[in-house]
Amino acid sequence: MDTPFSLWVYLATTPLTWLTLTIAAWLLAVRIATLAKGHPVVNPVLIAILLVGGLLIATGTSYETYFKGAQFVHFLLGPTTVAIAVPLYRNRAIVRRNLLPMLVALVAGALVAVTSALAIGAVVGLPKDILVALAPKSVTAGVAMAITERLGGAPSVTAILVIATGILGAIIVTPLMNAMRITDYAARGFSVGLASHGIGTARAFHVDPIAGLFAGIAMGLNAIVTSILVPIIVHYCL
Amino acid sequence: MIQAIGILLVCQLAGEIIARGLGLSVPGPVIGLVLLFAGLVVLGARSRSGEARIEGSALDSVSTGLLREFGLFFIPAGAGVIQYLGLVTRYGLGLGLALVVSTVLTLVVTVWVFIGVAKWTRSGRPPEA
Repeated sequence: MDTPFSLWVYLATTPLTWLTLTIAAWLLAVRIATLAKGHPVVNPVLIAILLVGGLLIATGTSYETYFKGAQFVHFLLGPTTVAIAVPLYRNRAIVRRNLLPMLVALVAGALVAVTSALAIGAVVGLPKDILVALAPKSVTAGVAMAITERLGGAPSVTAILVIATGILGAIIVTPLMNAMRITDYAARGFSVGLASHGIGTARAFHVDPIAGLFAGIAMGLNAIVTSILVPIIVHYCL
Repeated sequence: MIQAIGILLVCQLAGEIIARGLGLSVPGPVIGLVLLFAGLVVLGARSRSGEARIEGSALDSVSTGLLREFGLFFIPAGAGVIQYLGLVTRYGLGLGLALVVSTVLTLVVTVWVFIGVAKWTRSGRPPEA
């Protein structure tokens, strides 16, 4: 029989523990968000990250050990992005009707997302390598990391900034859009998907199915536009 | 269900092959999304009703299920913040300011442009549902 210590040594290193704890943290976070009646500040992604991060620090577990288990969850980002094709197909009539507003808003939003972050970052005196990692913050993690890597920045820093941007957008969007009295859920969803990728999209799906669909489309389109824009802007501005 | 997961994975894999094979900056899963959408359009065009039957299919329920838990899949990457606590304490304020202001500006500009162009394109046409 294992002693408590050797049992812990096993548990702390087996992928099973960290996979299970990631899902448990998510279920608990969703429960808390539901109890808060979906209030935007009580963001389940933020709560779950704080729970998992706190647990890793408290137990002295390295991120590498954690990721061996958590990678199975991380992997599902890709298939879930592909899955957006299904609501896209089902709602293709409303998407077609909004094609022109989407494309113009896409270019405008993508430009603002990159240039405003770089401008503010430069004003507050962030070093160049952090600015490079900051530039693609509005696009989904995998793409943003690839952009930073190609520009010689640190992809793992980008990952953190991407997640932070996602959580911020998901928290800000509902009160901001309500204050602006915007009732077009296609437009609301599109803006949060563009600004805050998948985490914004998750929030949008929670608020309204059409908002979620347009958020997903914006996320996909912005991944394409930003991966073209960032290298050009970084080349000329930094 | 396994068939539905298989369809998603095949599309993603094909997307990755296209992205890497052609050296595109577009991510593989986004190309996979386009491929699956195109597949559904072709399927719909060939069916008698002119509509691919996805309502209630396994692909429908798997996709809806995954999208409902989209937030979960960001937790592993987000927990990576524990490696960068030094960075957060050193540049946290500046980074926070840049992220908050940039995110608000992006949301406002995107939604305004979207609504402005939508009004412009719909004027002269009867309002649509």
